[in-house]
Amino acid sequence: MTSTTEMPTAARRRPSASASASQKRFGEAGNVLNVFSHGFLALWAMMIVLPLLWVVLGSFKTSAQIGTSAWTWPTNWSLDAFARAWSKGIGSYFANTLLVMAMSVTATMLLGAMAAYVLARYDFRGNRVIYYIFVAGAMFPVYLALVPLFFQVNQFHLLNSYVGLALVYTAFSLPFTVFFLHAFFKTLPTAIQEAAFVDGCSHTRAFFQIMMPMARPGLISVGIFNILGQWNQYLLPVVLMQRQRGDTEAHQVLTQGLVNLSATQGYAGDMPSLFAGMTIAMLPVLAVYLSFQRQVQAGLTSGTLK
Amino acid sequence: MKLSKNTRKNLFVTACLTGPVGLYAVFVLWPYLETFGYSLTNWSGVAPPSRFVGLDNYTALFDDPVFRTALWHNLLLLILLPPATIVLALFLAFMLNVGGRGNTAGIRGVRGSAFYRIVFFVPQVLSVAILIVMFQATYRSDAAGLLNGIAIAVGITDPAHPLPWLASPDAVLWCIIAILIWQWVGFYMVLFSAAMQSIPKEIFEAALLDGAKRGQTFLRVTIPLLWGSVQTAWVYLSIAAMDGFALVASLTQGSSYGGGPDHHSEVLATYLMRNFLTFGKAGYACAMGVVIFAITLALATLMLRFTRRDNVEY
Repeated sequence: MTSTTEMPTAARRRPSASASASQKRFGEAGNVLNVFSHGFLALWAMMIVLPLLWVVLGSFKTSAQIGTSAWTWPTNWSLDAFARAWSKGIGSYFANTLLVMAMSVTATMLLGAMAAYVLARYDFRGNRVIYYIFVAGAMFPVYLALVPLFFQVNQFHLLNSYVGLALVYTAFSLPFTVFFLHAFFKTLPTAIQEAAFVDGCSHTRAFFQIMMPMARPGLISVGIFNILGQWNQYLLPVVLMQRQRGDTEAHQVLTQGLVNLSATQGYAGDMPSLFAGMTIAMLPVLAVYLSFQRQVQAGLTSGTLK
Repeated sequence: MKLSKNTRKNLFVTACLTGPVGLYAVFVLWPYLETFGYSLTNWSGVAPPSRFVGLDNYTALFDDPVFRTALWHNLLLLILLPPATIVLALFLAFMLNVGGRGNTAGIRGVRGSAFYRIVFFVPQVLSVAILIVMFQATYRSDAAGLLNGIAIAVGITDPAHPLPWLASPDAVLWCIIAILIWQWVGFYMVLFSAAMQSIPKEIFEAALLDGAKRGQTFLRVTIPLLWGSVQTAWVYLSIAAMDGFALVASLTQGSSYGGGPDHHSEVLATYLMRNFLTFGKAGYACAMGVVIFAITLALATLMLRFTRRDNVEY
């Protein structure tokens, strides 16, 4: 660090004078920079908020209004569009997504923690090999597995099934989960665990009642990472959740359902209900994010910085 | 019957590993390995028996003009996306953490930084589908689109001839790149913020005391100390640049999985999916998957090798 912060001798001799001088200059520079930086920050914030708000307002416009000009103010202040969007399946797409994620996030956390714990704290033959095979999976693009994966899932008759999608989500989330939790379990103290074993605690109990609670911060970080990752999945549902025959029921998740709706809505001309559908899909997520934003950001950064 | 200590340990290890390893092997490892095998066949994807064709798929790939276009687009993304996103994210993170006026209370972020931090991250939590609907409306090629509305209001274009955005062969790829940057900047801003906050404030204060201006503090002090996270960001963004499927497939024109107009926004992922699910050329699609893998692997290795620097301890 010495190379970048070498103190000039003058500053060392007269700290008070130089400090006030630098403060003054810094203050002046601050004014110019603040206008510029605030302008840029505000612009970027607008670029995120404005389009979203504009689309939400669109759900209170009429189709004709949306089709003519970008700048009409909504006149149709009713929830018709929302009711139409709901009846077109937005509600069930949402429920499908939640169902799949309830299964996949639980399975990811449980299986990931079990594997990471055993790999981090038990000595056995093949330990390193299994660990590296897991970690390698995080490096590979999904596209490499895509085509055979489709036929693999098909062999188990799990195409267009919630369980199938949840299993695939879980399998693809394991590399990062194991990698992260492995590091976490390594850092936990061994003394408590050893004391438990002396008292006759079984391995299973030690894991569930001692190590899992101690690993809570790590579990929460990885949990958030997996929730966001699986919530944003697009490719896997597109490939795995297609309706197999005309008479089967479509089990679309939200990403897919909303995009399909937008593809058909574009021709059908019911833009307000599409915008309403988007609003319905967006509000709960935003509400959850705003309430837990601190944890989300902290969890994600601790997940990627390591 | 009482089991020995060792047996109980082994039973526990086996019980814990069977589930995760089994699932991982079936749905991740085995498909990965199969791809390499299938890429050497002319498998149609319907019936299992397929003919071994050696490297024919690979030679065909590099003679395929659409594949070459898609590859070029992905390489363009690789060149543009990581630096643009990282520079913007670093700048925003610097503003939010140490860009504020320094006074006797020390160094802090600009006013309202808590608010910005929340807003900038929003694109990451909204699902891709929500972003797709939003950008379809924003990029509409008639006067009713948000961007055209702004362009008309500002006087860049007249209402009779709105800008075509995603329908324009010259602009479509740039529109997609803009969305990707817009989407990722917030995430890396948060990542860099966390890294900046772990730098001791005394370092910034010492630099300021020595008369360093904010620009100098940023370039000479902050960036070198953040090198590790910049490296991580570069690798992740390169992987994102090799993808682009969701946006291209749903926002651009084209008979299946977008890529239009006339392949001007084609990326490897969309062409792979079209060959696999629409054209029934599964072997060919597998060869494409292997190419994507090879590029990703080469990139990650190169990045980690070339950007290696001495880590600064603090």
